Amino acid sequence: MNYRKHNLSFWSKLKRGESLTDSVFLLTITVSLFIAIYALSIIFLGDKGFSKIQMFFNLFNENAALIVIACGLSIVMITGSIDISVGGSTALICTACIVCLNNYNFNFVTTLILALGIGLVFGAVQGFLIAYLEMQPFIVTLAGMFLGRGLVALVEVNQIQVDNAGFEMLSGARILIPFLGDINKKGVFIQSKLEYGVIVAIIIVCLMFWILRKTNLGRSFYAVGGNSHSALLLGINVKRTRFHAHLLCGLLAGIGGFLYLFHTRSGSVQQATGLEMDAIAASIIGGTLLTGGVGNIFGTLFGVLTSGIVLLVVTAIGSQDPWWPQITRAAMLCFFIVLQSVICSRKKK
Amino acid sequence: MQNTVLTMQNIYKSFPGVRALHNVDFTLREGEIHALMGENGAGKSTLIKVLTGVYAKDAGEIYMKGTGKPVHIKSPQEAQRLGISTVYQEITLCPNLTVAENLFIGRTDDLFVDWKKYNSRAERILGGLKIPTKPTKQLSNCSIAVQQMVAIARAVDMDCKVLILDEPTSSLDEQEVAKLFTLMRELKGRGVGIIFVTHFLDQVYEVCDKITVLRNGELVGEYQIKDLPRVELVAKMMGKELGDLAEIHNEAQPSIMNSKEAIIEAEELTSTSGIKPFNFASHKGEVTGFAGLLGSGRSECVRAIYGADKVLKGKLRIKGENVNITTPIKAMKKGIGYLSEDRKRDGIIGDLSVRENIILALQVMRGFFRPFTKTQAQAFADEYISLLGIKTASADTPISSLSGGNQQKVILARWLLTHPDYLILDEPTRGIDIGTKVEIQKLVLKLASEGMSITFISSEIEEMLRTCSRLIVMRDLHVVGELKGDDMTQDKIMYTIAGGSNSK
Repeated sequence: MNYRKHNLSFWSKLKRGESLTDSVFLLTITVSLFIAIYALSIIFLGDKGFSKIQMFFNLFNENAALIVIACGLSIVMITGSIDISVGGSTALICTACIVCLNNYNFNFVTTLILALGIGLVFGAVQGFLIAYLEMQPFIVTLAGMFLGRGLVALVEVNQIQVDNAGFEMLSGARILIPFLGDINKKGVFIQSKLEYGVIVAIIIVCLMFWILRKTNLGRSFYAVGGNSHSALLLGINVKRTRFHAHLLCGLLAGIGGFLYLFHTRSGSVQQATGLEMDAIAASIIGGTLLTGGVGNIFGTLFGVLTSGIVLLVVTAIGSQDPWWPQITRAAMLCFFIVLQSVICSRKKK
Repeated sequence: MQNTVLTMQNIYKSFPGVRALHNVDFTLREGEIHALMGENGAGKSTLIKVLTGVYAKDAGEIYMKGTGKPVHIKSPQEAQRLGISTVYQEITLCPNLTVAENLFIGRTDDLFVDWKKYNSRAERILGGLKIPTKPTKQLSNCSIAVQQMVAIARAVDMDCKVLILDEPTSSLDEQEVAKLFTLMRELKGRGVGIIFVTHFLDQVYEVCDKITVLRNGELVGEYQIKDLPRVELVAKMMGKELGDLAEIHNEAQPSIMNSKEAIIEAEELTSTSGIKPFNFASHKGEVTGFAGLLGSGRSECVRAIYGADKVLKGKLRIKGENVNITTPIKAMKKGIGYLSEDRKRDGIIGDLSVRENIILALQVMRGFFRPFTKTQAQAFADEYISLLGIKTASADTPISSLSGGNQQKVILARWLLTHPDYLILDEPTRGIDIGTKVEIQKLVLKLASEGMSITFISSEIEEMLRTCSRLIVMRDLHVVGELKGDDMTQDKIMYTIAGGSNSK
């Protein structure tokens, strides 16, 4: 609903020739880009599976955890901070949860609580150091990243798999989408499947959008990111706002980590390496400014989806070489950063 | 008789070593626009900060209307609760939020934002004050003037009785200033007391009812605007009485033979700092000065010549040759030296030694890949330490441990070492002791007699009269006159600053 309203005001503003807010402008670009790439890949790569409906759902199935984690990063970035510890905490959550599931008879609920707890502790400690002791966010969360990886090895050095019947059953469950599906080579109709994690991710996206748009806390994130000195003079508790942003990011990292486990059912020291960078990249592609104050959660969602589809396209074009997806992503990031700096320079005039 | 809304009585405030406010009274009435005037260091900002709770006063009383007993203001938030709102020179709003949000954010403890209520209330406030913008517009898309007005609207909506405008017009153009004044008159009609701090004399006479003048932390007086002609205001700010001063003449003037060889010629030069296009020439062996009140554009002129601010238009000739100076290094290579106004920020590099600070400019010109040997550097340093009489333990002493006057001499040595044809000294005597001041003035005259062309800027008019042979007078970013020879008197300068038309 909110999103539609947003879009409506966008079109009416465009007609009246008024200037859009930066958030909406960047969001529009990301969404159009995603739709354009997807449409083109259906037209030109339809035989490689892009015309299948399941392909669309897989985009979500594969990226549910990343969507949630990227939401958290968008929030800290909007507040003008950064968190690069989320990859480390995700790996820690996976390994710690698997150990508990396999050896200590944890069930689904207690595992979830453990995951959220780890995420919240990371968020709270880092948030305290950054907000109240005014340490550099990059350095603090860099330490958090190393700590996360180190703790994984402390818990379990080897790669491990979930060995818990109840958990495996839940994580293997799929939602069958009514009336949607693809016909396979033998002519059999196969219904499209969606993982439960995707539902969680979509709920989180909507919830975060609502928080950022409709609550005073959300607006404070923007105010602090826009100009923290002004925000202070306007009567906002800047330190508490920063702390809350990191706490929320930690909570979302906890949920994201759990979804990651739910999807992969394995854990290792090297797991989710670079996940924090993927999340930052998705936020930026989705129109979040690294300088703070500008960003949109729906943009982040589309940022994840856009980088997801680009990777699929590059693979489908036949390049098995591992470097092409990276180089493509580098090009995309460059494009968006140039775009953002153009917007920033326009603002200065 | 109008009601008094704010009374400050016998306010004292000291900082270590500085007496910032000494027995200052200030009274503001309802529906009055009251200018607070004074030169640098007069105590304007200290008084404002005491009033807004940024500083705690040492002694004195503040009364607000409706409170029988004195109020103690401990923080900006508390000042706001008492109905004292401040709008600063730089916009203290969030550029990435909408106009409506900037009006209301941070004022409630509500968990949720009611956008409809925000926008409709904002619409009413903006309409009521005739501010030409929409509530849903992003603040950064509004002009600076509108942003300033939104800040004022926020202050007014918070039910303020006293509105402090601290140099709100310094980044506005003329039309924007006009809009702001309309808004100020509107508020005046509603009974808000406005304290207006500005450096622009024209604006004071256009919009204010009363003027309070401070000087050196003391109250000079409170005047009705109609009782105080401009030239008297200038005289009061500078602390000089008209007419009855012994004329101080440029002692060295007769001895200097003004050659006709122009070193620097600027034609219609203007820069991003906002100065209006100006013409200026400086000849060999001549000491020129820029006179004017604080903020009149003295420094901006020389910064444009030196390339420290980006030049937008105009021509610059050095020894008759057209040059295009875009960066300070180009100016240095063309033989221009610039001793900047703010020694601590733009001058010294505190952790480096005296020697390193002295050779810095010459080293930059030579390039960092061809460093001087230690012996060379030591020779340079020794030469200038003895030449200027710099009091330092050794050339290896960090410059930050020297006194202000000696630091200034080190910076002077830095520029002399580059042997410039044209040297700009922007407030070289600020904050240093009398003895060193005299030494620096003598040195300026000596350098000029040796053929260097010098521009000397100082807030102290006597210094300028003693050292300069020609004065460029500035007001509100315009060059308004040029004085030389017998015309160079305090009275003439003040009349020129005040503007011929309004002085009687």
